[in-house]
Amino acid sequence: MTRPRLVTGARLRYDEVREEHLLLIPEGVVRLNPTAAEVLELCDGERSVDDIVDALSARYDGADLRDDVQELIDAMAQKGLVVDAAA
Amino acid sequence: MQPPRPSTLIAELSYQCPLHCPYCSNPLHIGGETYRDELETEHWLRAFREARALGVLQLALTGGEPMLRRDLDELCAGARDAGLYSSLITAGTLFTRERAEALKAAGLDHVQISIQSPDAADNDRIAGNRSFEKKIAAAGFARELDFPLTINCVLHRQNLDRIEEILDLTLELGAQRLELANTQYYGWAVPNQDALMPSWEQLERAEEAVKRFRERVGPKVDVLWVLPDYFEDLPKPCMGGWGRTAMVLAPNGDVLPCQAASTIPGLEFANVREHPLDWIWSESDAFARFRGTDWMQEPCRSCPLGRQEVDFGGCRCQALRLAGDAAATDPVCRFSPHHDRVVAAREPARTDEFVYRTMKRPERV
Repeated sequence: MTRPRLVTGARLRYDEVREEHLLLIPEGVVRLNPTAAEVLELCDGERSVDDIVDALSARYDGADLRDDVQELIDAMAQKGLVVDAAA
Repeated sequence: MQPPRPSTLIAELSYQCPLHCPYCSNPLHIGGETYRDELETEHWLRAFREARALGVLQLALTGGEPMLRRDLDELCAGARDAGLYSSLITAGTLFTRERAEALKAAGLDHVQISIQSPDAADNDRIAGNRSFEKKIAAAGFARELDFPLTINCVLHRQNLDRIEEILDLTLELGAQRLELANTQYYGWAVPNQDALMPSWEQLERAEEAVKRFRERVGPKVDVLWVLPDYFEDLPKPCMGGWGRTAMVLAPNGDVLPCQAASTIPGLEFANVREHPLDWIWSESDAFARFRGTDWMQEPCRSCPLGRQEVDFGGCRCQALRLAGDAAATDPVCRFSPHHDRVVAAREPARTDEFVYRTMKRPERV
């Protein structure tokens, strides 16, 4: 995975009714915790996984989030929800 | 008790359709007076806003053929403004490049195109309309405009053996989802049961083909496949449970817990012209009737598998059809005293002849 992006048609949104982060996909909904939502927001097809890790790390006082980020992106890729913009 | 929040609104914009599919889920009486008076644009727009406030996230714009609504662009824009994720469920014959561009600009999120068969002549025979070439062109326009594309194919005895071709065509068209919808026996599929009911062997071969395809293609194409009810011995949570996740808004404004609920005698449906959607969802009789588990009879009431909140008793319309009582256990369940009727239905008197969907009045009324 070089430059991850959300699959065509997937849309992040915060649901004010349920007060939670969601990924809306064709005829489906994936519930997200706030951290996952933050990672996916950075999956814009421009940033590399390293860029995403760095951006998050800067927000959270230099915490090492590499494993968490990689794990989430891999899990989403396996479901076909995140794809590689470089592919 | 507070009812659960709905997540899906199925908007049946119109029952008009150029196709005549013999398994259409629309009611048999679509040509009658009940549906002549279709909702105005502003009714739909208000319903979309009220649905979002209730918690709805997904909007299915369907029919009939939703593209026959002249205000479809406006409805898509309204769905976007309300914050709904919109899917157009179309036969594709009217999805020209020009109309696709307008829908894209209006904010439509996703396009689902049906095919009746991967073979042109067979598609047109099943649809009762020359439509295959237009469907293929429509899928191309959807991809060119970067719509996520789902191909939908309703499966039955007369097309199941083409499963490999269906899978290959989906890949070729660049779709990211394939809905293989085994025929459900309500609506127009009821009078066509003898022409549609597949064999076990066909289903097994199809399931194997789907498995091989998934292994070969991976997550690039999401293939939805579930065994049809009649070949199961435990029921599915029909509609995710009655009045639990979804509501159906018919072209005339009636709000139903499922597409087939109008077949259940004694249920009265509130109309969006007269009531706000949240009242209909939370208070109206039709949604309350089979919500939760209190209404259940035996054997559901003391289910030996404790599945009351797994399958919610299965399908009410199927219970009505096969057990004569909409409050009975779905006869798909092996604990139902009427399960033998499901087993018997697997071996119908076979015919290839269809009773095509039509909005014309029957010759003898």
